[in-house]
Amino acid sequence: MLTLYDYELSGSCYKVRLMLGFLGLPHETRHVDFHPGREHKSDAFLAINPLGQLPVLDDDGYVLRDANAILTYLASAHDPGGRWGFGGDAARNGRIAEWLGFASDLTGTIGAARLHDAFFHDIDADAARAGGKRLLRILDEHLWFQERQGAAWLAPGDHPSIADIACFPYTALAQDADLDLADCPAIRRWHDRFKRVPGFTVMPGVFPARE
Amino acid sequence: MSSTEKVELDPAIRDAWHVCAVAADIAPGATAMHCLFGQRLEVARDAAGRPVVRGDGRVLPALERYGFIWTSPGTPPEDLFPLPGYDEPDRKNVVTGSVGIRVSAPRAVENFLDMGHFPFVHTGILGEEPHTEVKEYAVAIDPVADEVVATECQFYQPRAAVGSSGGAKTEYVYRVPHPFCAILYKTSPFDAVRMDIVALFVQPVGEEEIIGHTMMSIIDDRSTATEVRHFQLTIFGQDKPILENQRPRKLPLDPRAETPIRADKSSIMYRRWLTSKGVAYGVIPAP
Repeated sequence: MLTLYDYELSGSCYKVRLMLGFLGLPHETRHVDFHPGREHKSDAFLAINPLGQLPVLDDDGYVLRDANAILTYLASAHDPGGRWGFGGDAARNGRIAEWLGFASDLTGTIGAARLHDAFFHDIDADAARAGGKRLLRILDEHLWFQERQGAAWLAPGDHPSIADIACFPYTALAQDADLDLADCPAIRRWHDRFKRVPGFTVMPGVFPARE
Repeated sequence: MSSTEKVELDPAIRDAWHVCAVAADIAPGATAMHCLFGQRLEVARDAAGRPVVRGDGRVLPALERYGFIWTSPGTPPEDLFPLPGYDEPDRKNVVTGSVGIRVSAPRAVENFLDMGHFPFVHTGILGEEPHTEVKEYAVAIDPVADEVVATECQFYQPRAAVGSSGGAKTEYVYRVPHPFCAILYKTSPFDAVRMDIVALFVQPVGEEEIIGHTMMSIIDDRSTATEVRHFQLTIFGQDKPILENQRPRKLPLDPRAETPIRADKSSIMYRRWLTSKGVAYGVIPAP
C-alpha cells in the first residue's frame, strides 16, 4: 500500500498527489500538521525524514523523501508504459532531469517567498521573488519555443512527463508569492493544457481548467 | 510588504481589541515581534504567564482570549466580545492556523459572510453544483450587543465539517461582533442541538495586508486537531486567491460602489454597520 505523508497547502506534496492522480494509484494519506503545528520538525516525523521535509512516500516499507525522487520512483515502479518518466529516449530523459532540477529552484524561490508571505517563515522574500521572476521568464521562453515546434510539454514527446508535474505547482501558485503571470502567456497556455490531462486534481490556490 | 505605513486610526478601530498573536506561540520568557496597523509590536509573557504587549514606545493593553493574544492602540472595553459555547467542557477548541493575505480586513470578513461562493470556490466541501441557490435568510443589527447577526441561513454542503460522513443541509448563524472579526455557528454532525463554531479573527498588519487567524470550537470527539486544521486550512487556502484578486483591496462602503444581489444581504448590512461606526481603516468610506 502507498502512504503519502501530506500537507494540503504544500506545493511539493501536491506534485505527488498529481502523480498519484494521473496514474490512478490508490493510496492512504497521513496528514502532517506543517502549519501551524510544525509537526514536520517533531521527533516522530524526523525519525521518518531527518531533513524534516514533506512529502514522504511509503510503498510497503520502502520509504522515500523528496518530491523529485518520489516522482521518479512512481514513474519507474507504477507507470508500465513509461509515459511519464525515464524511458528509452536518452535525449528526453536528459531534459526531464534538467527540468526536475529547475523545479527544485522554483521551490527555493517562489515556494520560499510564498512561505514567507503566507506562513511567516524567516526568509529574504525579495531575493526569493526576484529569483522566481527570473525563472518564470526562462520557463516562459522555453515553452514559447516548444509551442513553435509543435511541442506541448517541457520535455520532448507527445506525453507530459514528471518534469511538467514538478514544475506546475509553484508556477501555478506564483500569485501566492506576489508574482504575476500576466507577462508569461506561454506558461499560462501550458497550465491550461496541463489542467486538461485526465486525472488532474486541484489544490487550494489552483483552479480547474475553464470549461 | 507595501501597505504598512502608519495611518491615523478612526476611534472605532483605535479603541477596539485586535488579535496580534497566537497564544500558544508565545512561550513564557520568549518575545515575538508582530505587526499591527503598520506598527511593530513586541509580544511576550510576564512571570505569571500573562501576555505583555509593547508598541509605540509604551506598554499596550493586552488580553488572552479564545487561543489568541489581543491588544489595542487605544482605550479598549474591559473585555472582548463573548463567545457562547466556547467554554463548554466537551468541545474541541482548535487554533486552526494563521495565514498572511494581501487584502484589507473588511474584505476578508465580508468573504467569510458570503455563502454564494461555496459551490464554486469550496467545491465538494462547502457546496457543489447544482445546489447553488442562496435561500432567503434574515439579517439584522443586534442593538444590545452592537453586532451584525444573520440567521436562518441554509446551504446544502457535501462535507460541512471534518467529521461529516456525507452531504447534508447545513444551517448557519453568522455574527459580526467586531469590525474585523466574524463568527459562524453551523450544524454539527455530532450534536442535534448545539452548533459548531468557526471564527475568523483578522489582524490588520496594514490597510491592505492581513493575517487571517482561524479557530474552531467543535463538538467532535473523533477527529484529531491535525485533521481539523487540514480541513479548515484547505478552505482558507481556497479563499486566499479569491481575496487577493479583489480590487480595490479596501472595502468600498458607498452603497453604489458594487452591485449587490439578494445573497449579499449580510454584506450590505455589514458595510452599513461599518459606516455607522465611522470605520475608516481598510475601507473606502462612503462620500
